Amino acid sequence: MNIIVCIKQVPGTNKVEVDPVTGVLKREKVDSKMNPYDLYALETALRLKEAHGGVVKVISMGPPQAKEVLKEAFSMGADDGVLISDRAFGGSDVLSTSYTLSQGIKKLDGFDLILCGKQTTDGDTAQVGPELSEFLKIPSVSNVTKLIEVTNENITVEMDMQNTVEIAKINFPCLLCVDKDIFQPRLPSYLKKMATKNKEIRVLSLNDFEDKNTDNYGLNGSPTQVQRIFPPESNGDHELWAGDGKSVTTKLYDKIKELKFV
Amino acid sequence: MPKLIVHQDKIKNIENLIKTCPFGAMDINGGKLEINSACKMCKLCVKKGDPGAVEYIEEKGVSVDKSKWNDICVYVDHVNGDIHPVTYELIGKAKELAGKIHQKVCCLFMGEDIAGKAEDLLYYGIDKVYLYESHRLKHFSIEPYTAVFEDFIKREKPCAILVGATTVGRQLAPRVAARFKTGLTADCTILDITEDTDLVQIRPAFGGNIMAQICTPRNRPQMATVRYKVMNPPKKNSSKSGTIVSCHIEDSKLESGIDVMNVYEKEKVKTIENAEVLVVAGRGVKSKDDLGMIQKLADLLGGEIACTRPLVECGWMDAKKQIGLSGRTVRPKLIITCGVSGSVQFASGMNNSEHIFAINNNPEAPIFKVASYGIVGDIYEVVPQLIEKIQKGREA
Ligand SMILES: Cc1cc2nc3c(=O)[nH]c(=O)nc-3n(C[C@H](O)[C@H](O)[C@H](O)COP(=O)(O)OP(=O)(O)OC[C@H]3O[C@@H](n4cnc5c(N)ncnc54)[C@H](O)[C@@H]3O)c2cc1C
Ligand SMILES: Cc1cc2nc3c(=O)[nH]c(=O)nc-3n(C[C@H](O)[C@H](O)[C@H](O)COP(=O)(O)OP(=O)(O)OC[C@H]3O[C@@H](n4cnc5c(N)ncnc54)[C@H](O)[C@@H]3O)c2cc1C
Ligand code: SF4
Repeated sequence: MNIIVCIKQVPGTNKVEVDPVTGVLKREKVDSKMNPYDLYALETALRLKEAHGGVVKVISMGPPQAKEVLKEAFSMGADDGVLISDRAFGGSDVLSTSYTLSQGIKKLDGFDLILCGKQTTDGDTAQVGPELSEFLKIPSVSNVTKLIEVTNENITVEMDMQNTVEIAKINFPCLLCVDKDIFQPRLPSYLKKMATKNKEIRVLSLNDFEDKNTDNYGLNGSPTQVQRIFPPESNGDHELWAGDGKSVTTKLYDKIKELKFV
Repeated sequence: MPKLIVHQDKIKNIENLIKTCPFGAMDINGGKLEINSACKMCKLCVKKGDPGAVEYIEEKGVSVDKSKWNDICVYVDHVNGDIHPVTYELIGKAKELAGKIHQKVCCLFMGEDIAGKAEDLLYYGIDKVYLYESHRLKHFSIEPYTAVFEDFIKREKPCAILVGATTVGRQLAPRVAARFKTGLTADCTILDITEDTDLVQIRPAFGGNIMAQICTPRNRPQMATVRYKVMNPPKKNSSKSGTIVSCHIEDSKLESGIDVMNVYEKEKVKTIENAEVLVVAGRGVKSKDDLGMIQKLADLLGGEIACTRPLVECGWMDAKKQIGLSGRTVRPKLIITCGVSGSVQFASGMNNSEHIFAINNNPEAPIFKVASYGIVGDIYEVVPQLIEKIQKGREA
C-alpha cells in the first residue's frame, strides 16, 4: 500500500500569551515540534505498512526548518519525506495550504491512502484534511477511531460521530483523518535516527508544480485574513469571598438560593 | 495583494525585531532580515517592531461582486431528521446578522424523509427552508452532501453560510469551502457583520490561548463553523412563517465512494453537555472516595459531576466527564468547580457557562479570573457544609 501522511511543524508550546498592553505574543521558547495529533496518523500508517506491506511517505508544507519533523518521522519508521516549501506559500490559510499540498501530492507517484491528524495545536481548524480531499477529488472521512478491515480495493473503519458510532467502507484512493488514541504512537528509534541522518528529503517548490500561478498560493490564494490577534478576555462580573469556612459557605449557599438553584 | 517589505536600514535591534514575530517567521540570512513562509501576515512586526523596519503594502486583490450574494444560510445539522440544537442557535445568530444588513435567513436541510421535521424550523422566524430529499442522503456522506451544497449555493448565492461545528459540520463545511475556493473560519465564538456584508469572525486558536479576528473580504459565500452552546437560540414563535422550498437533484450526482454499513446509537447516557448544573472535581480532591461528596452535591442540585483532565488520567473518572480543550465544551446554567486551578485548557471548555462558582484554597488560582463568584476555602470544609445547608433547607 502506498500511504502518504501529512505532518505539520508547530510551535513547541501553545502556551502563548498576549501582552494585553502591547498586543505582542509572548512565547517561552521558540522551539518547534511535530504536531502531536500527526503522530497518530503516522502510527496508523506504520501499522498498516507492517500488516499489509507498502511505503509510508511523509509530506509537510512549511519553511525549510520543517525538515526537522520529516526527520523525526524517519526515526519512527517513515520511508520517504517530501518538503513543500517556497516563499510564495507564506501566509497560507487552510484553502491555500490544502491546495498547495494537493499540488505537491500530484507530483509524487500516486497513493492509495492519505492520512491526516485530527487537527493542529496552532491553527487548530481541523479543516486541511477535508479540503485536501476535495482538491484531489477523493472520498474522505474524519474522526476515525478504529481500522476494521483492509482489502485491495477499500478500507473499513469505525468513526466516532458524537452520539453514534458509524462503520463505513471507503474505496481507495481516499483520505482519513484519524482521532487521537487510534493507536499509541511509538517512540522514535535512536538506531533509525542514526541510519536516516543523511537521508535525502525531496523539496518541492512552486516551479515543480503543474499550476504555477502565484494567485493560487500563499496570501494571494487565501480568502481568509487574520485581522488581529488578542488575548482571551475573562468574564465580566467578579466577586471573591474569603474568610472562615462557615461564612464563605453561607455566602455561597445564599447566592445559589437567590439564583433559584436550591 | 498585501505584502511586507523589510527596510534593513531602519532595524535598530534585529534580535528584538525577530522576537516580535509570534510565528517564528523571521530569519537572518547573510546578516539581513528575511521574512519566510511561516509568516501569517498578522502585522505585529509592523506595529510593534522598530518603526519603519517592516512596511506593509496593501494592494487590493480582486473581489467578487458582493451585491450578487445575499442572505444568510444556516445548515441544518441532523441525524435521521433529529435536528441538532446547534442549528437553532445558529438561526438565532443568523437573524441578528441578517437584521444588520437588511437581508433574510434561510436554512438548507438535506436527508431522507425529513419534510415533516422541516416544518418545525418555520417557528423560528426564518424566510425559507431549502429541502433536498433522497434515499442517497439518508446518512451523511461527504461527496453527496457536498454535491447538494454545491447545487444550493449555485442556485441561491448566499452571502454567508453558518454550519454547526459538529462531527458532520467539521467535515462538510471545509469540503464545500474548497469546492467554491472560499474562506472558512473554524469554531467561531463571536460573529458580527459589517455594512459591506463582511463577516467579522472571532475564534480561539493555539488551544484557546489567543483569539484571532478573521474576515473573508474578497470571496463569497463566506463560511464559518460555530460550536454547540456558543450562540443563543431564538424564542420559538407561536405560529409558523416562511416557506419550504423543495429542491431536486439527480441521483447520479449523489454517487459516493463511501458505503455507510452500520450506525449504532451510543448508549444514551446523561452527558455533561446536556446538564443544566455541573459540579466539577479537580485535583484538589485528594482521593477517589472523596468524589462521593462532589457527586452528592451534584445530585442535590439535580446536576451531573464533571472533572478536569488529571482525574481522567489517573483513572478516577470517565473521559466523557472531562471538561476542556481536549474534553467537552459545556455551558450549564450553574457550574461549581471544586479544587480546580483553572488552566486555559480547562477554562476554554466552560467559560461560557452562565453562573460560575469556584471553590479553591489558593486566592491566586487563575480560576478566580473566570469565576463570577470565587470562594477562597477548603473544599473539605465548604462542600460538606454546603451539602448540609441544602439538606437542612429542604427539610425546613
Ligand atoms: C490564529 C490563527 C487562526 C487561524 N484561523 C484560520 C481559520 O479560521 N481559517 C483558515 O482557513 N485558516 C486559519 N488560519 C490559518 C491556518 O492555521 C493555516 O492555514 C494552516 O496552514 C492550516 O491549518 P491548521 O493548522 O488549522 O491545520 P488543521 O486543519 O488543524 O490540520 C489538520 C491536519 O492537516 C494536516 N496539515 C495541516 N497543515 C499541514 C501542513 N502545513 N503540512 C502538512 N500537513 C498539514 C495535518 O495532518 C494535520 O493534522 C489561522 C491561523 C492562525 C495563526
Ligand atoms: C494540550 C492540552 C490540553 C489539555 N486539555 C485539558 C482539558 O481538556 N481539560 C482539563 O481540565 N485540563 C486539560 N489540560 C491540562 C491543564 O493544563 C491542567 O493541567 C489541568 O486542567 C489542571 O487540573 P486541576 O485544576 O484539576 O489540577 P491542578 O492544576 O493541580 O489544580 C488543583 C487546584 O486545587 C486547589 N486545591 C488543592 N487542595 C484544595 C482544597 N483542599 N480545597 C480547595 N482547593 C484545593 C489548588 O489550589 C489548585 O488550584 C490540557 C493540557 C494540555 C497541554
Ligand atoms: S506579519 Fe506577523 S507573522 Fe509575518 S513576519 Fe510579521 S510578525 Fe511575523
